[in-house]
Amino acid sequence: MTTPSIRRPVRPARLADLDAPQREDQSRALSRSVRLSVLEMIEHAGLGHIGGDYSVTDILATLFSSVLHVRPQEHNWPERDRFILSKGHAAAALYATLAHSGFFPVAALRTFMDPLSMLNGHPNRNKVLGIETNTGPLGHGLPVAVGSAVASALSPQPWRTYVVLGDGELQEGSNWEAIMTAAHRKLGSLTAIVDRNRLQQGARTEDTNSLEPLADKWRAFGWEVHEIDGHDHAALYEVLSMEPGERPRCVIAHTTKGKGVSFIEDRVEWHHKVPSAEQVEQARKELEA
Amino acid sequence: MTAVQNPAPTFDNRQAFTEELLRLARQDSRIVAVCNDSVGSSNLGAFQKEFPDRLINVGIAEQDMVGVAAGLANGGFIPFVCAAGPFLTGRALEQIKADIAYSNFHVVLCAMSPGMAYGELGPTHHSIEDFAWINALDNMTILVPADEQQTREAVALAAGTPRPYYLRVGRFKVPAVTPQNVTFELGRAVVLREGQDVTLIGTGTTVSRALEAAELLAAQGYQARVLNMATIKPLDEAAVLSAARETGRIVTAEEATTAGGMGSMIAHLLAVNHPTPMRTLGVTGFAPTGSASYLLEHFHLTPQGMADAALELLR
Repeated sequence: MTTPSIRRPVRPARLADLDAPQREDQSRALSRSVRLSVLEMIEHAGLGHIGGDYSVTDILATLFSSVLHVRPQEHNWPERDRFILSKGHAAAALYATLAHSGFFPVAALRTFMDPLSMLNGHPNRNKVLGIETNTGPLGHGLPVAVGSAVASALSPQPWRTYVVLGDGELQEGSNWEAIMTAAHRKLGSLTAIVDRNRLQQGARTEDTNSLEPLADKWRAFGWEVHEIDGHDHAALYEVLSMEPGERPRCVIAHTTKGKGVSFIEDRVEWHHKVPSAEQVEQARKELEA
Repeated sequence: MTAVQNPAPTFDNRQAFTEELLRLARQDSRIVAVCNDSVGSSNLGAFQKEFPDRLINVGIAEQDMVGVAAGLANGGFIPFVCAAGPFLTGRALEQIKADIAYSNFHVVLCAMSPGMAYGELGPTHHSIEDFAWINALDNMTILVPADEQQTREAVALAAGTPRPYYLRVGRFKVPAVTPQNVTFELGRAVVLREGQDVTLIGTGTTVSRALEAAELLAAQGYQARVLNMATIKPLDEAAVLSAARETGRIVTAEEATTAGGMGSMIAHLLAVNHPTPMRTLGVTGFAPTGSASYLLEHFHLTPQGMADAALELLR
């Protein structure tokens, strides 16, 4: 079959009225709130994935503070931009971002993983406002994001779709099926962000099933590729707010797992380790500094 | 006893499926088709010609296909995912679980050529585990239309009532069995023949065969009730329990594995609520080489096989 023509969504930047320093301040403030909330949530639950939460925090904060066209008070607004967290184990960071962005009360974060809480260990769209699809098993978010981008292209009022993938997750074959589909259909409204912290649950990605040369792989599959510092709010805003191109866009965000807390950063054991009471205090001091 | 002659014309339900899908797509621009290089085998050629933008062919990539359907549903569309049953379920089962059932999206997963329709191609191409797998998933509805009329009505019902579906679209030619005045109701079995001595419960391919089996039993003086279980999930528990109480014996027949299939679901229901002598006919292992028709005989999914199972209970 022939590839259907894809209409390119064009909309003004959401925070065009803010100047860059204001926007970055807002984005950094959200990151700080999210990291502190995540620490409380994991301390409370005695469970969680703090390493991956902190590597993705600045990406989430940039998206929700400055990039996504969403309406927290009208979460089902048909024209909203879609955001999908494919690495669903970073649910705490997403919940904290949504709560601090007004989707639900911040106080609800204290129920993280409590019995019958809406805040399950992995996101559930039927329980939490702002979640687009249920994730948790890896390799699911990108195909759903591709479907969302196809839907956008078929819709009179198109939207943009952003999906965050863990880097280890790219070992799942389903991603590469979706990467092919997105390129074939020239889904310019789709942006995939790879949280490239170089660690997976058990070891470094390159020691497990190597991903490099990762940018070349995406390019070879027909995507437009950008590599940035995934903790640089200005760089994140710049690339994530770029107008859609003719091809789907991949942003390889180089991050540090556990970013923000010295003894957690870039250590494989902190994939889902829970800090002790002393470590929580130490982490809080570092995050508040 | 001798086999009953069945001169009634038979139909490939895919034709009715496509005609109804096209009719609905003309009325509702939200309806899209998603497939895996299966335009031909899913009989989507006419759909593709009329709605090229609304036919999303992802190629041979079933996990992607099911995820893409979830994304389309999120975007306000009603996707009919059309793929050969074995690959749709077996390859993409986790996507069906997480992206469709658990996420609770209005997606219609259409298993084309289900059961042993691919006959000689062998067990890799048979979809006999689907009832067991999909029944285990919360939120799913399983529709198994028995003939053309039911196929049309099942497609319309699935398009119009938002929830996740698994719909078997038969390739094996079957005769019309549903009275014209009987409409497809979600979760309701159709009583095709009244009887007091035994109940034969068929689904899909086996329904017309159950009717023929009832004729064979009538020739021996036994009156068999025949139920068309066109919705496997949710099961019409009331119809099954009435049949158990009023006829005292149940025979189930399905073109699916007996391990976790419709017979297992009915046996579970009856064991808990009204223990009843049963025979469960179905596929009991990886099939040997043979045509679809041969394999149905091999596993006793024939009028004679069903009648013999009933007679075991009656004697």
